[in-house]
Amino acid sequence: MFLSETTSMDPLFLVVPLVVFLPLLGILVNWLFGKRLGEKAIGTIASLAVGGSFVVSLILLFALRTDPQGFSVPLMQWFTVGGLDISWSFRVDTLSVVMMLAVNLVGTLIHIYAIGYMHEDAIHQGDPTRYRRFFIFMNLFIIAMMILVSADNFLMLFVGWEGVGLCSYLLIGFWFDKGEGGIANAQAGKKAFITTRIGDFGLLIAIFLIFWAFGSLNFGDIFPRVGEVAANHPGLMLAITLFMLMGVTGKSAQIPLYVWLPDAMAGPTPVSALIHAATMVTAGVYLMTRSQALYLAAPAAQNVVMWVGAITALFAAIIAVAQFDIKKVLAYSTISQLGYMVAAVGLGAETAAMFHLVTHAFFKALLFLSSGSIILSLERAMEEGAQGSGSHATNIDPQDMRNMGGLRKKMPTTFWVYLVGALTLSGIAPLAGFFSKDEIIAAANNTNGIIFVVLVAAAFLTAFYMGRQILMVFFGKARTKAASLAKESAPLITVPLIILALLSIVGGAINFPGWLNLEHWLEHTIKVHESTFQLPVALISLSIALIAILIAWLIYGRKPLAESTSKDPLARSLGGVFTLVNQKFKVDELYHFLFIGPYEKLADFFAHPVDQGFIDGIANGLGNLASETGSWLRKLQNGFVRSYVLSIVAGIVIILIYLLVRV
Amino acid sequence: MPTSFFLALSAIMFVLGILGVLLRRNALVIFMSLELMFNAANLAFVTFANQYQLLTGQIFVFFIMAVAAAEVAVGLALMVAIFRNKGSVDIDQLNSLKG
Repeated sequence: MFLSETTSMDPLFLVVPLVVFLPLLGILVNWLFGKRLGEKAIGTIASLAVGGSFVVSLILLFALRTDPQGFSVPLMQWFTVGGLDISWSFRVDTLSVVMMLAVNLVGTLIHIYAIGYMHEDAIHQGDPTRYRRFFIFMNLFIIAMMILVSADNFLMLFVGWEGVGLCSYLLIGFWFDKGEGGIANAQAGKKAFITTRIGDFGLLIAIFLIFWAFGSLNFGDIFPRVGEVAANHPGLMLAITLFMLMGVTGKSAQIPLYVWLPDAMAGPTPVSALIHAATMVTAGVYLMTRSQALYLAAPAAQNVVMWVGAITALFAAIIAVAQFDIKKVLAYSTISQLGYMVAAVGLGAETAAMFHLVTHAFFKALLFLSSGSIILSLERAMEEGAQGSGSHATNIDPQDMRNMGGLRKKMPTTFWVYLVGALTLSGIAPLAGFFSKDEIIAAANNTNGIIFVVLVAAAFLTAFYMGRQILMVFFGKARTKAASLAKESAPLITVPLIILALLSIVGGAINFPGWLNLEHWLEHTIKVHESTFQLPVALISLSIALIAILIAWLIYGRKPLAESTSKDPLARSLGGVFTLVNQKFKVDELYHFLFIGPYEKLADFFAHPVDQGFIDGIANGLGNLASETGSWLRKLQNGFVRSYVLSIVAGIVIILIYLLVRV
Repeated sequence: MPTSFFLALSAIMFVLGILGVLLRRNALVIFMSLELMFNAANLAFVTFANQYQLLTGQIFVFFIMAVAAAEVAVGLALMVAIFRNKGSVDIDQLNSLKG
């Protein structure tokens, strides 16, 4: 349907392949010449590549203002098999351009931040030669993400989907020889890869089913025909959407496949911010929004999506309350916020999901990057402290919030931007998170009372754990020597933070109640339910957040933790429950018991009795048979000429007898 | 005399040759037994040449004699070499090729 319109296409649309090829150029330059360039140059090239991609997205935005229905820009034929015709085309419409803008804007800022962060991190980890590799992987991630969001068919989307998974794996295990026992980071990468692969299996099945039902994988062929196909195969839409949801639970870290995301924090902090908070994990939400037509044809699947999202939002928020690792809190918070977005898709409020996706990208990237700034300054202080006292380094965990405290005065910029991020996440008006989260909660209020309660409870916990985190990290007095020596980070690190903080403050404007820019913008691509600003709902969620922050202050602010070893006040009052939550409800152990343990037993069974016993038995048995036969036959080869002659004569006699008898 | 007499003699000579090769241990005697088998074959050739009045059989005999003479030269040379190595031409001692 789009090809016929190509003739009247604004030539500005033709720049779209550059969103992929500019980062590719960045990779090539860094790969070929990076060794001779310095660290600054490598980082600048990588950042410019992503920044260029952002500029291209802006051009597309400009072009879409005149042609909002969007175009498909063909680049090349990939393959044709029978009726399956796959080409690499870029889909430029309001939805994909929103994703491109968000990814590239946040991506550029994180790349700039990483120039400073990786310089110190590489020194701290003891291998500065990996600096270049980091930026190559980061640009590769941007390429994969761009392929994902600009895909015009499900197969190209899947290529990007797997590509971001690969980059995630590479970057989680970036310091693959570090971590507990020298393999913890590598194992975290493996866990992420395998867990998401389980989801990808579901997505693949969904794609196969789509091809089976529609005979095509192009978005333009599928979505207009959903009604007709759904009427012919009623159960099929349900199957497609549920299998697709399986892929989403893997990539977007929803129950039951969310377990990889907290472990993914083993990657360097810019990676956590870019991939595991702002962009890659939202791919599932994008996929479901893109496939809205399919979900609308399967209301039961929408219900499932809604419940999965809402339960994840609450469950992860509960776990976040009892974590001590500054990045783990943010990781569970990410899972929880992704739960909001997924629930929003289930509620039929795709715009709200996209809105929250964009604002979440801003404030969660901000929070992660600020936590990175804190971790860096603690690491720096640990090394300085070790040099100053002349003794061995005091080895504390620089990510444990109990080892911090009182950083407000020492790191003022980081404190203020962190505060902005935390308040935005908590949903305090008029910051961006307030509007986006409120839209989701309002949609729940219109649709399902229980979901509404669940989401509000999650919002309460969100505000509470963010309050707890701020109070533990920045208030009170320094609980370790490292925390007392901490200093503010360099401008290269703080400036991106300030920009992200400004975006978090004003980000709500892109879909301001009454203005509704994003909604009208997305209307050209997906079906949009007009959302209304509900004052009571807004007041409820705002007051809930304020109450939660107040409670957090009562528990953690009035009497801060005295020592880094002292018990969490909640642990004192809640006891075993707190420990259980701190241990993440033992879900990892449960999965180990239910799946990994039996799987390992099965693998062991196949390895030892089956492979080493049976298969090797056949192989070795054949070998032994040949060897035994040989050693028996070698007796014939006795070296005596006369016995050979005897056999020859015997042979001749037998032949003669045969000839005589035959005649 | 009937042809069958010559053929019977040829067969007897051939079998004697085979038995000699199989039963004797002295390499020289085995050699002579081989010659006996050659000549049994030669006798059969000339017999049939006579029977069918064809020259081919007789020509073959000359060939065989020439080749046998060459073979004897090589064979005796081998025998001398073996005797120098082993100090005997007892064929049962020569089993170095045992597997």
